[in-house]
Amino acid sequence: MLSRTAENLFWMARHIERAENTARILDVAHRSSLLPLDMEGTEAYLWYAPLNITGCAVGYEEKFGLARANAVTHYMALEPDNPSSIYNCLRQARENARSVRGAITSEMWEVINSTWLEVNRLARTMNEERYTDFFEWVKERSHLFRGVTLGTILKDIALSFIRLGTFLERADNTARILDVKYHILLPSVADVGGAADYYQWGSLLKSVSAFEAYKTIYRDVISPLRVAELFILRDDMPRSLHACMNEVETALMHINGSSGREARRLAGEIHADLHFGRIENVYARGLHEYLTEFLESIDLLGREIRDAYLSRRDYMSMADLRQVA
Amino acid sequence: MQQHSGFFNELHDTDGAVREIYRSYAAWLDALPEGILERKSAEAELLFRRLGITFAVYGQADGGERLIPFDIVPRIFGAEEWRRLEQGLKQRVRALNAFLHDIYHDQEIIKAGIISAHQVLDNAMYRPEMRGVELPNRVYAHIAGIDLVRVEQNDFYVLEDNLRTPSGVSYMLENRKSMMRLFPELFALHAVEPVEHYPQMLLDTLRESAPLNIVEPVIVVLTPGAYNSAYFEHAFLASQMGVELVEGQDLFVDRKSNRVYMHTTEGPQQVHVIYRRVDDDFLDPLAFRQDSMLGVPGLFEAYRSGNVTLANGVGTGVADDKSTYLFVPDMIQFYLGEQPILSNVPTWRLSEPGELKYVLEHLPELVVKEVQGSGGYGMLVGPTSTKEEIEAYRQRILSGPEHFIAQPTLALSGCPTLVEAGVAPRHVDLRPFVLSGKQIRLVPGGLTRVALKEGSLVVNSSQGGGTKDTWVLEE
Repeated sequence: MLSRTAENLFWMARHIERAENTARILDVAHRSSLLPLDMEGTEAYLWYAPLNITGCAVGYEEKFGLARANAVTHYMALEPDNPSSIYNCLRQARENARSVRGAITSEMWEVINSTWLEVNRLARTMNEERYTDFFEWVKERSHLFRGVTLGTILKDIALSFIRLGTFLERADNTARILDVKYHILLPSVADVGGAADYYQWGSLLKSVSAFEAYKTIYRDVISPLRVAELFILRDDMPRSLHACMNEVETALMHINGSSGREARRLAGEIHADLHFGRIENVYARGLHEYLTEFLESIDLLGREIRDAYLSRRDYMSMADLRQVA
Repeated sequence: MQQHSGFFNELHDTDGAVREIYRSYAAWLDALPEGILERKSAEAELLFRRLGITFAVYGQADGGERLIPFDIVPRIFGAEEWRRLEQGLKQRVRALNAFLHDIYHDQEIIKAGIISAHQVLDNAMYRPEMRGVELPNRVYAHIAGIDLVRVEQNDFYVLEDNLRTPSGVSYMLENRKSMMRLFPELFALHAVEPVEHYPQMLLDTLRESAPLNIVEPVIVVLTPGAYNSAYFEHAFLASQMGVELVEGQDLFVDRKSNRVYMHTTEGPQQVHVIYRRVDDDFLDPLAFRQDSMLGVPGLFEAYRSGNVTLANGVGTGVADDKSTYLFVPDMIQFYLGEQPILSNVPTWRLSEPGELKYVLEHLPELVVKEVQGSGGYGMLVGPTSTKEEIEAYRQRILSGPEHFIAQPTLALSGCPTLVEAGVAPRHVDLRPFVLSGKQIRLVPGGLTRVALKEGSLVVNSSQGGGTKDTWVLEE
């Protein structure tokens, strides 16, 4: 497969997944803001988190200063000048899809194209009350895209690059949500079992659609340790780091070939750590330190994947020469 | 049906009787219940829109993707008249390729005094870099689109030769596919020669054109990208041939070996034949335009070294230039020793003072074109232009007469076409696609373009023209 094709498939999937995750983060922030929060400077404090998770705090502050509910929501959802707004993710996904139309099915193209046309329409009529519906819509479009992809595309290397994009992005996002929100919520641990506590931890679980899963698995009050375990180590929770790395490793095995040996090794190493890890050890290292390290590892993995499959160098390496000889 | 006079009507003869070749179609049409044709036409438009068979119009505010109107009344040729056209087309393309080889080698045609050194060597499209370069099969124009018009039963003229990156073949194929889907019964009634094997023929031609000693050549289609007006066609042909569609950034040249590779997820893969839909100027920033982002640095050197074939070759523009056009009949005699089967339209060169004078005096009757123009942009059709338009064009001519040629306004033949008032004749031309490899081939048919406005002679899609399916009936 052409590297450019693989690159566009990879980023198409990443952009869709990123749009969904941003919608999830904003959705939870909106829900949380409706609850009484027992601390100082609540609005700015609460709304700084979504910016922090998605890494667009600097761009926001330059433009708007203090974090305010409406401004943050608009900036992350529809701001054309914010390269990682939902609007721009959907635009870029469509650009990616458009340049590889031959490599995706017409159903996939139609979903992405009509999503882009629709978000332009929605952007013109958006107001505060409609945001909740908008976030739901973004999630649904992402679900639809994934369903259509699995239901229509040939199970070959193209699908592997799409899955690689989806699950690397998801792993990155889950780790960031947990890292940021966990430390905001921790002070309220003293109030274990209290109503505010229940709602706050509950909303964190809901942001990754894991509220019901938690209830099913633990059948107990929400404890920070178990939330961390669910987010990180449970491979049956579809947005956990472990589940994501299962998918990433499998996708890399399917791509196979002579390139990407280091990417496969690294993915295997990260996966093994999650597979055999225990939550007590994670805590012993420090949750924040653990997640920071994880984010660094998958960033490195992303770069390995880029170098091995997606990049277009204009020279021949020794390995290349051996291969074409 | 309306009757028009003053041009050759392909459906009716001068007595108003249906011509032999259309007899069976006309009978079918007469028996068709009212409204069916209009309904099928709407169906066809929907089909084209859904499949995304679109083109971009340059210089338009909306700049977006548009459909080329598809007319559902076919244009029909008989086996015998087609055979003559086919021979004429092959003859012409053979001579053009011989000419290109000659002017980049021994220049016999200049030495013989048939065409001046100035006309060839000072032409902006002449590529001195191509001197002495040996090409497989001595073919420069692997894909040629020759535009023909008909003015009488047996009277065809070549309007222009397109030897750079002629487009439109995807419409020829999609039009046929749509016709078979909309009117299967018509294909049971008529023995229509197939055109569907064009992509296979193109693939065979490209394979044959590979550098020497390459048994299993790797072939790619090179596109300027998704924003090019013909991107749909590039993607279509690549997928029909089962080869990769690449952009400049997907290719690189290893400067030590002068070989071309594409970046794949499996590492670099050597490429042997590039069907390029990128103009010469943009092919290689090291050899041609330095600001080109579409090209591949070092590609021209790899090409000159014989490690990769470009189809079409570099430097073909000098032969399809409208001022070189004049000499094609002479080329046929000079290189092939044959009489030209297809005629040229009489042409005035405005670089000649005497001819310029005549043309300026007769602008309202003539068609004036830019020597290096294409796509129907920037031409003057005297009889359908206003006084103001003619005067404005006169000023353009005077600021550089050598950039223009003029031709009499030809009475293009009219072909039955579905318009609002029913089926009526509209002017058409024809672009068959001639493929040259080890042998020279073409599918029976081509792209018929139709000027949908009554009386209009401009058939270009960028100027409101449509297309038709073109049938060649078996004997």
